[in-house]
Amino acid sequence: MALTGLQIFKLLPKTNCRECGFATCMAFAMALAAGKVSLDACPHASDDARATLGAAAEPPVRLVAVGQGEYAVELGGEVVLFRHEKTFYHPTALAIEVRDDLPEAELKERLSRIQTLSFERVGITMRVNLVAVRHAHPDPAFFIKTVELVQAHSPLPIALVTQDPAVIRAALAIAGSRRPLLWGATETNWQEMTALAKEYGCPLVVAAGDLAGLASLTEQVTSSGHKDIVLHVPAAGAGDALRTATAIRRMAIKKRFRPFGFPILASFGDGRDAYLVALAAATCIAKYASLVVLDTVDPAVVLPLLTLRQDIYTDPQKPIQVQATCYSIGNPGPNAPVLVTTNFSLTYFSVVNEIEASRVGTYLVTVDTDGTSVLTAWASGKFGPEQIAEAMERTGVGEKVKHRQVVIPGYVAMLSGRLEELSGWNVRVGPREAAALPGFLRSYVTN
Amino acid sequence: MSFELYRESFPFRISEVEIGASASGNGQQRSLRVGGASTLPFLSFDGAPGHLPVVGMEVWDVVPEPWPVPLENVFGPVASDPVGWARHCVEEWGAEFICLRLRGADPELGDASPEACATLARDVLDATGVPLVVFGCGNDAKDNVVMQKVSESCAGRRCLIGPVTSDNYRTIAAAAMVNGHLVIAQSPVDVNMQKQICVLLNDLGLPQTQIVMDPTTGGLGYGLEYTYSVMERVRLAALQGESSLASPMIVFCGFEAWRAKEAKTGPADGVVQGALWEALTAGTLLQAGADMLVMLHPEATRAVREHIKALAGGEMAI
Ligand code: B12
Ligand code: SF4
Repeated sequence: MALTGLQIFKLLPKTNCRECGFATCMAFAMALAAGKVSLDACPHASDDARATLGAAAEPPVRLVAVGQGEYAVELGGEVVLFRHEKTFYHPTALAIEVRDDLPEAELKERLSRIQTLSFERVGITMRVNLVAVRHAHPDPAFFIKTVELVQAHSPLPIALVTQDPAVIRAALAIAGSRRPLLWGATETNWQEMTALAKEYGCPLVVAAGDLAGLASLTEQVTSSGHKDIVLHVPAAGAGDALRTATAIRRMAIKKRFRPFGFPILASFGDGRDAYLVALAAATCIAKYASLVVLDTVDPAVVLPLLTLRQDIYTDPQKPIQVQATCYSIGNPGPNAPVLVTTNFSLTYFSVVNEIEASRVGTYLVTVDTDGTSVLTAWASGKFGPEQIAEAMERTGVGEKVKHRQVVIPGYVAMLSGRLEELSGWNVRVGPREAAALPGFLRSYVTN
Repeated sequence: MSFELYRESFPFRISEVEIGASASGNGQQRSLRVGGASTLPFLSFDGAPGHLPVVGMEVWDVVPEPWPVPLENVFGPVASDPVGWARHCVEEWGAEFICLRLRGADPELGDASPEACATLARDVLDATGVPLVVFGCGNDAKDNVVMQKVSESCAGRRCLIGPVTSDNYRTIAAAAMVNGHLVIAQSPVDVNMQKQICVLLNDLGLPQTQIVMDPTTGGLGYGLEYTYSVMERVRLAALQGESSLASPMIVFCGFEAWRAKEAKTGPADGVVQGALWEALTAGTLLQAGADMLVMLHPEATRAVREHIKALAGGEMAI
């Protein structure tokens, strides 16, 4: 909670010495409350004042980085409970589990499948973010071997999943410089785990069986000087996971309850029904998990989850848009078809993907609809015959082709008459869904 | 260290709505209650989360063209007979209600007569014994006559009919009131317009307990996030006292999800990507307050029903 000027004033020396550049301590306090200056400008502030003001300035949910370099991920850093209040900032990371008791060939196979879990959508690459190596084999040597193999075959950051500090220490000897996530600390091992996390500068999962236990454990870990924490309460099912994560995040954001001011981990490792595991994971993506651990490499499960993550973490204030212009797709010549659509990225990429699949060189004119879809834009007067005619005129598509025929989306068939009048072009109504475009375009160019 | 869980409480609750009623002298018809929540979805530690959301399946009067392969695989054998299809949904796949989508009434998709639509609705109702949602073709003029006939043929059975919008609601709402049905109040993903249509219906004499709101479903990857946030805002406003938004909400997950290109593709065996596409659309909207979920694929229906049980079950360890 931000402090008021008066609250800050009470913490200052009240000597009005002016060294901060302000005439009075009160004036300085007001400027500080407004976020215009930093407390550092007052050389006389007590340690107590620094501690109190420092805590007030800390974010409600700490931002915790895992891994290093290009593939590093940041967890947490959220400031609201509902995306419509502002936005969610750091998309839920997805981790895929691998066990150290897998035969080497299977392990390599799994790692190469994890590598393929990367998809293009709306011009953005979506992929899984971590590999969680679980210690299951009784012999720790297998764990070390597996960590080595994973590091050799995958660029993704690693989570080291074992509660045995000796095993983690051995793994850190080979993986410690890449900022792995240590998973982690419990009531019984937290002192050694915290020491290791501090020594290697690694984020640490703190796990407890209930919320009260979790609160006291994170207090202990933070007071021994480690703050890069990820919270975990193992849940029996989707309902528990939802309620636990909600309770934690609410207390962090609404009550500034410090022991819960960290990102949350949700894990659904042992589910047998892929649909139910995916539904539980989806629930946690919507509701407050910053890291979800899965036990599947099935693209039919991972793609929908990554798509959901992209949806939920899109900034509600600004739809993703592309430039409004005339795009050449493939190698369009003077007889190439001319299509129109909107500049909403989702719409644009849906259409472009299909044009590319058709292998028919095409001109695509995008109308500036403030990044809205075909029907949304039509209903709000941003994709009417006037705007389309204007965009065709402005982009000079008429100079690129010899013909005068334009294809419009099937959903806006009703505007064809007026568009013909305004533009002087023939209007051909295309299919409704872009998926039908390849077939449409192929037969269109042969006629 | 002492620990006290922070709980949230809201001053108001969502109205309770009952769908489905027996014809007189016939005790076969089941009814469903939805709504009643005084918390955000499934947050039972805050208070009473109300009735569990219900899962229904969509049945079409005409065979869809083109038909995504995974849907054709399951519905192919029953699709030409909507009554049989509906029975199958209830008896084999556990649909708690049926949503009959009268696409064939569209003047451009067959122009089925209002009488034929009315008979079909009645037949589905009698054959399945579960509550019925009847969804129009989207052509206002046609929907008005069709829904009038439908509400007569199913009089007294508390069907949920619609949609009605601020531009077109009088005829259908009046027919529903006269014949004892409920209406679907639709808005184009917009909180204010959702409120507007509900107020218009209230003014006409239709109470909040006879309204189910359709905030318009965007499928996964195709506008889901807009629907999600609008629903969250609607639900929060209702719990804080906006009485004209205090009705349950219905979402059409199957229909919207299968429009997505990704639903129609995916690996040939194992998890049906399209079924998961609709299941995740549903699972996400459940968190925004969906009370009635309309699905298409049987696997999606099954999974979402089990997921709702999982969400309701279990104890949070405090
Ligand atoms: C999400 C959404 C919104 C979001 C905006 C999202 C955005 N950035 O555009 C929000 C909430 C802001 C919104 C607002 C409104 N919306 Co809106 N919205 C939707 C929703 C749910 C999904 C739209 C979407 O993203 N579709 C996905 C994209 C990819 O689809 P698409 O652009 O049509 O592209 C596809 C095809 O058209 C085709 N295609 C595209 N280009 C081309 C080109 C060619 C040549 C061809 C052949 C094919 C083709 O390919 C794509 C994939 O198949 C729809 C309902 C629905 N379920 O569809 C309503 C809907 C579009 N909205 C509607 C309305 C009325 C509005 C408002 C005007 C309501 C209001 N008065 O406030 C406002 C306008 C806001 C404004 N002032 O700009 C109505 C339109 C009704 C109509 N038929 O006219 C709809 C249909 C809802 C409804 N049933 O009432 N909306
Ligand atoms: S420097 Fe510190 S003590 Fe001096 S006037 Fe400024 S706030 Fe007050």
